[in-house]
Amino acid sequence: MKRELIELRINSRRYELAIEPSALLLDVLRQELQLTGSKRACDDSSCGACTVLIDDVAMLSCTLLAASCEGQDITTIEGVSEHGSLAAIQKAYGDWGGAQCGYCTPGFIMTVKSLMAENSDPSEADMRAALSSNLCRCTGYNQMYAAIRSAIAAEREGLAAKQ
Amino acid sequence: MSTDFSIVGKSTAMIDAAEKTTGTGKYTDDFSLPGILVGKVLHSPYPHARIKSIDTSRAEKLDGVITVVVGQDAPRTYGILPVGHDEYPLALDRVRYVGDNVACVVATSEAVAEKALELVDVEYEVLPAYFDPEESMKAERDLIHDNKPNNLEKDYHHVFGDPDKGFAEADEIAEARFIANEVTHAAMEPHSTLASFEIDPHTGNPGRLTVWSATQVPYYLQHKLSLVLEMPMAQIRVIKPLVGGGFGGKSEVIPLEITAAVAARKAKAPVKITYTREEVFWAHRGRPRTIIDLKTGVKHDGSITAVKARVVQDGGAYCSYGVVTILYSGALLGALYDIPNIQYDGYRVLTNKPACGAMRGHGTVNVRFAFESQLDELAEKIQMDPAEIRRRNLLKPPCITVNGLRVQSYGLPECIDKTVERSGWRERKGKLPKGRGLGVACSHYVSGAANSIIRSDMPHSTVNIKIDRDGGVVVYTGASEIGQGSDTMTAQVAAEVLGCGLSRIRVIAADTDLTPIDIGSYSSRVTFMAGNATLRAASDVKKKIAAAAARKMNCAEEQLTFRDDRIGKQGQSAPTAPPRPEELEVTQAGASVSGRVEGQILRGSLQQKRKEEGPKDWMTFEEAVVAAIDFHGALTGTGSYAPPPEARGGKHKGAGVGPSPAYSYSAQVAEVSVDEETGEVTVHKVWAAHDCGRALNPVSVEGQIIGSVWMGMGQALTEEMVWKDGMLMNPGLLEYRSPSSVESPEIEPIIVESIDPEGPFGAKECSEGSLAATIPAIANAIYDAVGVRLHESPFTPERVLAAMRAKRKEKALNLTEGVDPTNPTRFREHGGSLCFKGKGPQRHALDPACRQTPAGGAD
Repeated sequence: MKRELIELRINSRRYELAIEPSALLLDVLRQELQLTGSKRACDDSSCGACTVLIDDVAMLSCTLLAASCEGQDITTIEGVSEHGSLAAIQKAYGDWGGAQCGYCTPGFIMTVKSLMAENSDPSEADMRAALSSNLCRCTGYNQMYAAIRSAIAAEREGLAAKQ
Repeated sequence: MSTDFSIVGKSTAMIDAAEKTTGTGKYTDDFSLPGILVGKVLHSPYPHARIKSIDTSRAEKLDGVITVVVGQDAPRTYGILPVGHDEYPLALDRVRYVGDNVACVVATSEAVAEKALELVDVEYEVLPAYFDPEESMKAERDLIHDNKPNNLEKDYHHVFGDPDKGFAEADEIAEARFIANEVTHAAMEPHSTLASFEIDPHTGNPGRLTVWSATQVPYYLQHKLSLVLEMPMAQIRVIKPLVGGGFGGKSEVIPLEITAAVAARKAKAPVKITYTREEVFWAHRGRPRTIIDLKTGVKHDGSITAVKARVVQDGGAYCSYGVVTILYSGALLGALYDIPNIQYDGYRVLTNKPACGAMRGHGTVNVRFAFESQLDELAEKIQMDPAEIRRRNLLKPPCITVNGLRVQSYGLPECIDKTVERSGWRERKGKLPKGRGLGVACSHYVSGAANSIIRSDMPHSTVNIKIDRDGGVVVYTGASEIGQGSDTMTAQVAAEVLGCGLSRIRVIAADTDLTPIDIGSYSSRVTFMAGNATLRAASDVKKKIAAAAARKMNCAEEQLTFRDDRIGKQGQSAPTAPPRPEELEVTQAGASVSGRVEGQILRGSLQQKRKEEGPKDWMTFEEAVVAAIDFHGALTGTGSYAPPPEARGGKHKGAGVGPSPAYSYSAQVAEVSVDEETGEVTVHKVWAAHDCGRALNPVSVEGQIIGSVWMGMGQALTEEMVWKDGMLMNPGLLEYRSPSSVESPEIEPIIVESIDPEGPFGAKECSEGSLAATIPAIANAIYDAVGVRLHESPFTPERVLAAMRAKRKEKALNLTEGVDPTNPTRFREHGGSLCFKGKGPQRHALDPACRQTPAGGAD
């Protein structure tokens, strides 16, 4: 298939890429740009390991055509850490055991980021509902709720400190 | 043993947590090499067939295809067990299950490789196939492996004590058949292997092979690669990058791991093969469907007099870990409670399905489900509280069980007490509203097998430590981090022994060129065995540092304490107190200086200064390290661990499996509700107490307990591999129904520390033992809630509803294809002599395989 030139905006950087029109966003991220943080773990959009944010909405990059994302802001896990340091949610996932093998973690972090952006004070039911788009086989999810609560508290503290 | 620890026992983030949360950590599929090619495997569409011919010429002509690998390219058998070398990486002349590996196309891209798969022409002669283990055992012809009469992989018959006498003494006896359906690991990371050959500078030909693979057992992989590729092990380097979960699925060599290397050799370029999720389901190696015929006798006082179990496992088409699985099922019947008389008959049967292997709780889980359910029934018969009957049968350690297992630390009594207390068992049991119930169950597991798969006297774990003048501690271990926290445990143990901070430790793990042999991450052996080896290696190097420091400080080595990055004289400098700010400054200046070029000069002046001051009461870690290197030369330490002979079990046939240097224990209470209209079971909460000896990293231990309970809940309620004529009906994460966050209960982990006399700082396993108790705890809770006793797992709405309708004497609906879940006699889909008649699985009209036009030409 003949390649076509497209322009993608990923993690606030602009990339010009020659890709096959049928190329999926996940494959472009992983193979063309070596942004291998987004993972492939299923064949049927059931696991969420490839979750990225498209204009701040959590989407599955394994079932998105890369070409369809032109003109949108794509955020991958590589764009989450802040100024070279861990974002509150990344630190909290480490501290509270939210990540074990880590393969599903980037997808979860993206989902949680979108949850935190939408709802600054999610209840456990809100968290369960939001995380149900992603699968984890290690943690049983329990420690993730603690991590999210701790990240929200840390962010609030951070904001309070700035004021 | 001192219990005043500075590192172990304190929760810490895993040392690789940031790699995982930022996405920078590399898993096998994240690696690429210049000129890399993609391999795709062609799988068998038939459950049992002879390969008459394979013609790869059409595929090879496709633009972008480099080569096609077939069985003849590596016609050597292998298998994870020395007694089970029955697999080829690619089939030679027979395929034995739908999904068996036939050929591998190597191409420049995945799309081309996929297209080429359709152009490989394979001619099969379909053979009768066997799907039901009890039918398979009657087979006389068309055997799955010609050297296995009656398709029987292995059978064991053990009698300990006098079971007949035991049953004669019993006041109540229960006897029933239990069926546990098949489950699989479904680790989030699909299997993936990258293989690359280096050109040998002397011969000019391909020489050393490097393999990056998602494996729990790098050393075994190196060994099997050497067997099949007929290369010396020293020419093969296996590197285990981050692994996205194992649960046993990566604890043996999966055919693609060898195929990738064979393909790289044939294609003369690096080749990566990554399975799709569907292929992962076919590769399988999960927990076999099991029939358990169980009979248990108890006295009125609750004591168990005898147990008789007949276990039949549907092992699939290859041996895999099968011989070990069937032995574990029997051996671990004995080491949880004090059972004086046991009879065990185990049959591992071959069928035309993907091979089953090791999965979390290897061999123990299904039998434990049956046993703990039956114990509950007996408790009711003798009108005893289910928690109490378990207390009445405790072992009295230290002891040797009737089947020869040595038990030392035994936290089960405390586990039972704590779960009962936390769950409000006494106040709430039997008093919950209709449709809601509580159930209790216990389980246990080994902390590594006392006998390795390869019978030899080699240590099971070896660890090397190197410390250099920069004060950095590098620990080299073959132990495989697969997400359970093995690297972090290693760093913690080394840091605790050396009294230095965690940030000083660098762990280099699981690279056969760099790290000493460790037999892998399976049987929950790493904390106990690699932990002990780390402890010994760190103590070895500590001794050298102590000798030099003692000289500097004019004191005896025994007077020194290592803590908080300082080495001090006991009782002199109170080294537990945090260093004063000015001291800290000196320390840090020293640290930053000693690594630099001009460090030599500066250190010289520092030493001069010290000389003038006379002997000190304490030294920084760096100072002591520099002193030790000056004194001894290189500063290295090594340690290894092999289980003691007295923990290696009895002498009977099959006694090698089951013995462990230590066992973990778990007791759980599950609270469930059952929807009486739909049969849907909801687990509200599980209280899980686990005796892990000592929790080295409590947050990780809790994570392992929660994860085990959660996985047990999956097997109890939703997860099931559904088979139809050898075809897997649900090869996807959605259809397999791995529970999401919405279906997952709150799990309260309760850590019980029995401090094992031989574990590192007293630690034992914590990652597998909890799984087995969850299934019977839920089954018992369902009984408490609605009064139906399910003997077949998982307890899906259909099964629960069928059982409830039968109990209410309502008209039977055909929900479970004629199998009564409270009294199952056979597996659901394949009763009788359902034999594959050779028509081939019916494919959908739009399936590419049905296309009449030659594939690959259209676009």
